[in-house]
Amino acid sequence: MAIDLDRCTGCMACSVACQAENNVSFRADESDKLRSITWLEVYHLQNGKEYPDYQFTYLPRPCMHCDSPHHSPCTFVCPVNATTRDEVSGIVNHIYPRCIGCRYCIVACPYHARDFNWWDPKWPKSMESMLSPEVSTRMRGVVEKCTFCHHRLLKARSKAYLDGIDPNEATYVPACAEACPTKAITFGNLLDPESEVAKLSKDPRAFRILAKLNTEPKVYYLSKHQWVHKLGDNSF
Amino acid sequence: MKEEKKSASGKGVGGIFFFGGFILALIFGWIVFPNLLFSEKAQPLNFSHVAHQDSTCDQCHSFNPDGTYSGIPRLDNCVECHESPMTSEESERILVEEYIQKQQEIPWKVYAWQPDNVFFSHAPHQAKNIECTQCHRDVSKEAKLPPYSENRLTGYSKSTMKMIDCEKCHAQMGANNNCQVCHK
Repeated sequence: MAIDLDRCTGCMACSVACQAENNVSFRADESDKLRSITWLEVYHLQNGKEYPDYQFTYLPRPCMHCDSPHHSPCTFVCPVNATTRDEVSGIVNHIYPRCIGCRYCIVACPYHARDFNWWDPKWPKSMESMLSPEVSTRMRGVVEKCTFCHHRLLKARSKAYLDGIDPNEATYVPACAEACPTKAITFGNLLDPESEVAKLSKDPRAFRILAKLNTEPKVYYLSKHQWVHKLGDNSF
Repeated sequence: MKEEKKSASGKGVGGIFFFGGFILALIFGWIVFPNLLFSEKAQPLNFSHVAHQDSTCDQCHSFNPDGTYSGIPRLDNCVECHESPMTSEESERILVEEYIQKQQEIPWKVYAWQPDNVFFSHAPHQAKNIECTQCHRDVSKEAKLPPYSENRLTGYSKSTMKMIDCEKCHAQMGANNNCQVCHK
């Protein structure tokens, strides 16, 4: 995934689309953001200078699906193998019924990409029929996070099998990239040098957040501002 | 001497009691409990696969263009032939009067229904030339639907495929066995 911060307007359509696509629950009172669940959070970064040098940018943050050798930080610490990385697709996923809720992965994740269900999710009655059947809802006491809309990959692969195409060539777009009105989010196969996302990852504007930790995130950001690059290497 | 004798006979009686209890526990665990665990439910009406031999399997069990599989046909499929009863069988009377005339879908109980957090797609399995009967029962000579056994605790069918069977075959065939291949 590549996210062009110069194009991002901070409208948060990606965040909302993600919430709707993945049956992410919300609380009756969402004013306490400390306990709310967001798979794709949008950060507001500022360069800390006074007018007229003041600049700011928005930074949408999905799960980085870290590509570090052998393990991502979260999969390395999981005591029950509830979160694993599929070495074929490269996607890090979390199996909810297997999770024991120790939250070790939340601590291990340097990107704060994981959330914990402190309560059983509840939706207003009228909303229950709008839940997506393609994503299982979570229960109290488990961790959840962005899956790069993995269910869309499964569907795309399924269709590729039926059409007689190589399933490893199947492409799909996650909900956030689909919803972005400025096309700031590009999704594709980083291993395919011809794909747009692979080209963007080699762009001189490209950087990865907390690259110094060698977690090898699979989400690339693009910004022409050096102060954004610098801030990306700091802790949030 | 007397005391020793007493304790020895006590041991014998205790052994018999233990053995008897053990047998009872085994009978309960092996025969009574499995029967208690599953309740047998009848299907809304009988469907004879034998009577439908003039049509091919994929006339009713077919793929959708988006790669999903429609396992059980909808009522429209039945109406094509059964708008009025073709025979005088009881199951056909139920079909026509209860469902077709009321335009209500038949609430079939699906023998292989998977839990909500499972993603299963027929397409890759068909592409690998796996026979239907490797996972499903052979229906080619079936005139009467078998009873549906429902687990009283989980609510799932007894013949729902277990994860161990999926994993085993995936490992043998060299398929990806990562959790998220089947879980959503």
